[in-house]
Amino acid sequence: MSREREQGMSVIVKTITRLTVGLILLYGIYILLHGHVSPGGGFAGGVIIALSFVHLMLAYGKDVALRKLPKPATSFFEGMGALLFLAIALLGFTGGYFFLNVLGKGEPFRLFSAGIIPLANIAISLKVGAGLFAIFVALVLLKYEAEERR
Amino acid sequence: MIAYILCLTLFCVGLYCILRKRNIIKIIVGIIIAEYAVNLFFILVGYRWEGRSPIFSSDTPIVDMVDALPQAVVLTSIVIGLATTALLVALAMRIYGKYGTFDITKIRELKG
Amino acid sequence: MLELYILLVFMIIGAIIAVEVKDLLSSVVAVGAVGLALSIAFLILKAPDVAITQLVVELLALIILIRATLKRDLPFSTSGRWFFNTFVTAAFIAVFLMAAVMSLGDLPPFGYPLMRVAGTYLREGLLKTGATNIVAAVILDFRAFDTLGEATVLFAAVIGVLTVVRRTGRKSEGQVIEED
Repeated sequence: MSREREQGMSVIVKTITRLTVGLILLYGIYILLHGHVSPGGGFAGGVIIALSFVHLMLAYGKDVALRKLPKPATSFFEGMGALLFLAIALLGFTGGYFFLNVLGKGEPFRLFSAGIIPLANIAISLKVGAGLFAIFVALVLLKYEAEERR
Repeated sequence: MIAYILCLTLFCVGLYCILRKRNIIKIIVGIIIAEYAVNLFFILVGYRWEGRSPIFSSDTPIVDMVDALPQAVVLTSIVIGLATTALLVALAMRIYGKYGTFDITKIRELKG
Repeated sequence: MLELYILLVFMIIGAIIAVEVKDLLSSVVAVGAVGLALSIAFLILKAPDVAITQLVVELLALIILIRATLKRDLPFSTSGRWFFNTFVTAAFIAVFLMAAVMSLGDLPPFGYPLMRVAGTYLREGLLKTGATNIVAAVILDFRAFDTLGEATVLFAAVIGVLTVVRRTGRKSEGQVIEED
């Protein structure tokens, strides 16, 4: 426990982070799921989810954050997001051509409407969020290596 | 018309920064400013006087909306701009680790 | 539209500050100010999807840039080829400005877009896709190929960053290589 007290920022920042990180993640999931009825969508939701993990890493240091979302899990989610998007696109072949909207339309303004659009939003957000978090982790680790070589 | 000319001026400020500065981070800042100007130009082209945002609402009927196509294109372009910036910053940090400076006139190993 | 013009002038002033200031951290903060003003400008131009995305993406870009410029010094030296650089820059910007102003006459006047394709999307979007957010319907149903291309570009960028950052070279037998 005492090693973690040296890393990261001061106690005030760590306390506030413990309160807000879950709320940021929840807000990102909300914007992602309501992408077809209100502004937002897959890209903004995915970036907000990545920002919540970046927030955890900035306040607590890289060890705690990498324990919550380790590097193999990040690359798994990113690949899975891309493959899920491709699978949804190939699902359109059952109806006629590539990317056809095959599921039911539903009634407007409900959460379960608009065919494949919510599923495609989820796939895109997985890909964007995991990819941006992977970029951030790589850049932080590179900085530590360059600093310790001096 | 004035909006177009102001947007063009913003792009020229970014272009001047790319061409003139010697620090790699300043060049990256110039590229970011030029990208902002281009995205703003797309949304400016699609604006309509007294238009509404392209989202239906359940209580009032909406008849005139602004152009929805440039907004879809710009949404993709913003995320791609972030990916480009991240790659440029990674390259800049690698160059600093190897040469010890951000000055582009001192990076001469690939010349000749 | 007065608010839009004031925001544009503020963005130009912020950009000039970002370009000319000698300290690296200050210029990154100025770019952040330009990005936030751009997000408000998108909101004034009735594009809420784009405003949300621009805000969060610009925050992440700021975090990455600040991570790179902390504790770095700024060397500045003027030596050789300065006159040639000035002349070429001035000529290039002059030619670009002339071509751009000449082609500004071909655009439709500000506020009256043509909307030949988007008219169809707006009229039939709710009927054909069932989504009430027309921009989401456009990027995920009418133009889903563009989204597929964008996912590919993001994937390639992540692979590029992970390749640039990777530690190269051979290690001796006794050293433990930390997986990057």
